[in-house]
Amino acid sequence: MRKTAHLAVAGSLVLALGACSGGDGAAGDEASGEITYWLWDSNQLPAYQACAEDFAETGDVSVKIEQFAWDDYWTKLTASFVGGSGPDVFVDHLSKYGEFAAQGQVVALDEMIQADAFDTGVYADGLLEPWQYVDGSTYGLPKDWDTTAFFYNTEMLADAGLTAEDLWTADWNPQDGGTFEDVVARLTVDTNGVRGDEEGFDASSVAVYGMGINPNFEETGQMQWANFTGSLDWDYLDSNPWGTQYRFDDPQLQEAIDWFYGLADKGYAPSAGVFSDETPTQLGSGKVAMGTNGSWATGSFMELDGVDVGIAPGPVGPTGERASIFNGVADSISASSSKQAAAWEWVKYLGSSECQDVVAEHAVVFPAIPGSAENALAAFDEKGWDVSAFFSYEEEGRTFLAPITLHSGEVNAIASVALEDIYLGNTDASSLTAANDSINALLED
Amino acid sequence: MSAAPAATGRARPSPGTRRRRLQGLGDLPAALVFILPATVGFVAFLLWPTLRGIWLSLTDSTAFQPGGFVGLANYERMVADPVFWNAFRVTIWYVVLNIGVQTVLAVLVAVLMHRLTRSMIVRGIILTPYLVSNVVAAMLFLMLLDYQLGFVNEVVEGLGWDRVMFFGDQSLVIPTIAMVNVWRHLGYTALLVFAGLQTIPANLYEAGRVDGASELRMFREITMPLLRPYLGLVLIVTMIGSFQVFDTVSVTTQGGPANASNVVQYYIYEVAFSRGYDFGYASAMSVALMVVLATISIVQFRATRANQNDMA
Repeated sequence: MRKTAHLAVAGSLVLALGACSGGDGAAGDEASGEITYWLWDSNQLPAYQACAEDFAETGDVSVKIEQFAWDDYWTKLTASFVGGSGPDVFVDHLSKYGEFAAQGQVVALDEMIQADAFDTGVYADGLLEPWQYVDGSTYGLPKDWDTTAFFYNTEMLADAGLTAEDLWTADWNPQDGGTFEDVVARLTVDTNGVRGDEEGFDASSVAVYGMGINPNFEETGQMQWANFTGSLDWDYLDSNPWGTQYRFDDPQLQEAIDWFYGLADKGYAPSAGVFSDETPTQLGSGKVAMGTNGSWATGSFMELDGVDVGIAPGPVGPTGERASIFNGVADSISASSSKQAAAWEWVKYLGSSECQDVVAEHAVVFPAIPGSAENALAAFDEKGWDVSAFFSYEEEGRTFLAPITLHSGEVNAIASVALEDIYLGNTDASSLTAANDSINALLED
Repeated sequence: MSAAPAATGRARPSPGTRRRRLQGLGDLPAALVFILPATVGFVAFLLWPTLRGIWLSLTDSTAFQPGGFVGLANYERMVADPVFWNAFRVTIWYVVLNIGVQTVLAVLVAVLMHRLTRSMIVRGIILTPYLVSNVVAAMLFLMLLDYQLGFVNEVVEGLGWDRVMFFGDQSLVIPTIAMVNVWRHLGYTALLVFAGLQTIPANLYEAGRVDGASELRMFREITMPLLRPYLGLVLIVTMIGSFQVFDTVSVTTQGGPANASNVVQYYIYEVAFSRGYDFGYASAMSVALMVVLATISIVQFRATRANQNDMA
């Protein structure tokens, strides 16, 4: 799950929780003492703090939670592994854990799962499997899942003479963008008040962009174009997870990428560099009518001052289905932790419905256990936030995994520059073929 | 110190012999005592890491695992790596802009300080940006220059011009970062130049004035030649610092947009800590940077004859 990193500020918050038994000695086998737990999403902090408090009452283990914003999180984690001062347990990401597993920095959980006869069947379908590394071992226990959708300014939609229905029924294709592009054009207004689909629209002087683009260039496209490319007859890899051949050289994909970044040339989306923040800030500025983001960001949109936000799923594409990345985060145990037993107790608790129900009540994410996810849905409803768009892919569309490979850091570095080059207008999407070659060469090693 | 030679046939050397032997060593014992703390620092924080870095550059070590000897493989990879060469070009462009503008302005400010004011307050104010940390300065300008919300762009628009993508435009990003660092380092550099100016005897200017030379002529004929060794040193020091630009990039652009500000130090850091945890390759690039910096320093030192003073 890609969590919002508000500005570059490293919001570091340290919470010592229920420091009950002081926790001396007890390194190794006995499950007691204080362990540290790292996460990146500040929105989820209160939920897991509540979990940790409950957990401290059940045994001799207390948990100290530390939170670092996404951008700093992975750097800090790496540095802490190198320095041997890492957290005992941390929230892990599918795109990252392979590297850590390859380097022996996270613990395979299989033995512990077996020893405790822990039921891993409780999680929603498709959440546990991606956490099985190439060697077949499980490196994380699922905690929550997310999909992405389009957040729109309801007032702007109404002003454009459109309804939520238009978005829910929109179709898309990489040639002319389908009715989805019509909606985006209609939502776009230039400084003279002329709409994007009207005569005399001035693409060089736009007051409101129909669609915002997140400044997150990733091989997954999760924050940008994955809702579109997912509805093509295309997948990132020859096999996912752990494929070795990327398919950024596919003309179909390249056409879709050109269409996506081409929205900026048409004036329907901001050009590269116009916004340095993600879509919640973009919608909040009143200069963007709609933008992609993940279910985890729902709160950030709904709590925007003076902007009423609705959520619609991605459009139905050439395959006849709407599509979204279905991503799950999990908890992993550091290999360097000296309190493995205590760490496992906490991971187990995080992956149980006791904790997931508590998290559900906070209405920030959808827990990995279906029963708890229902509770979360109820909690979202109670707040008056209609999040059904995030469930729509499961019900009447396609969900797919973000690409999971070895060398993901390098892959990301190559892909992100190649994608940004296209957005900047330095080149078109045919250049992805060269990037694809470099990536595949890397994965062959 | 060892006991007296057995040939003297005495258990202890006479005070006279002892003094002579100490005199033979000159100030060495005292010198060693004074040098020791600096030497410990030098060995622990400079020599050892440097040697270790050179060794790592010949291995395939990662952040987590010690690697085996791979010979010059990392250097071969470096020579063939287009991102590295791009980083190198970007860094040189940054250094040219940063050092060029900074040095000219610093000399100007120093001469103004020297000729026009004796006020400690003015000198103090000129130094203040240097007291701000690099990261804080970078964050400050990131906010000031933001395309949407930045104060500077509000002013630009207020004046009827188009907003400027300072950090978002590929051709503007390096000049922007260079100028942010000029802002921060100008006062300090000016102060170094100013210290050099103060060594120029005032009577030279008096003589110049008596001969009817203009301020400009005196600057050309008196100030610049006598300032040369100081300027040479300042250039070497600031240029080494400039080549190692990292924090401003890390805070403002993370090398973007699309590698347009991916300077060598930032690339090294990425390779070591986020791309592939590849300490071997990152070390190889660090060694290359060290060699380049050493070469530039030596060339500069000789070219500016920084060790010779025309006043001598």
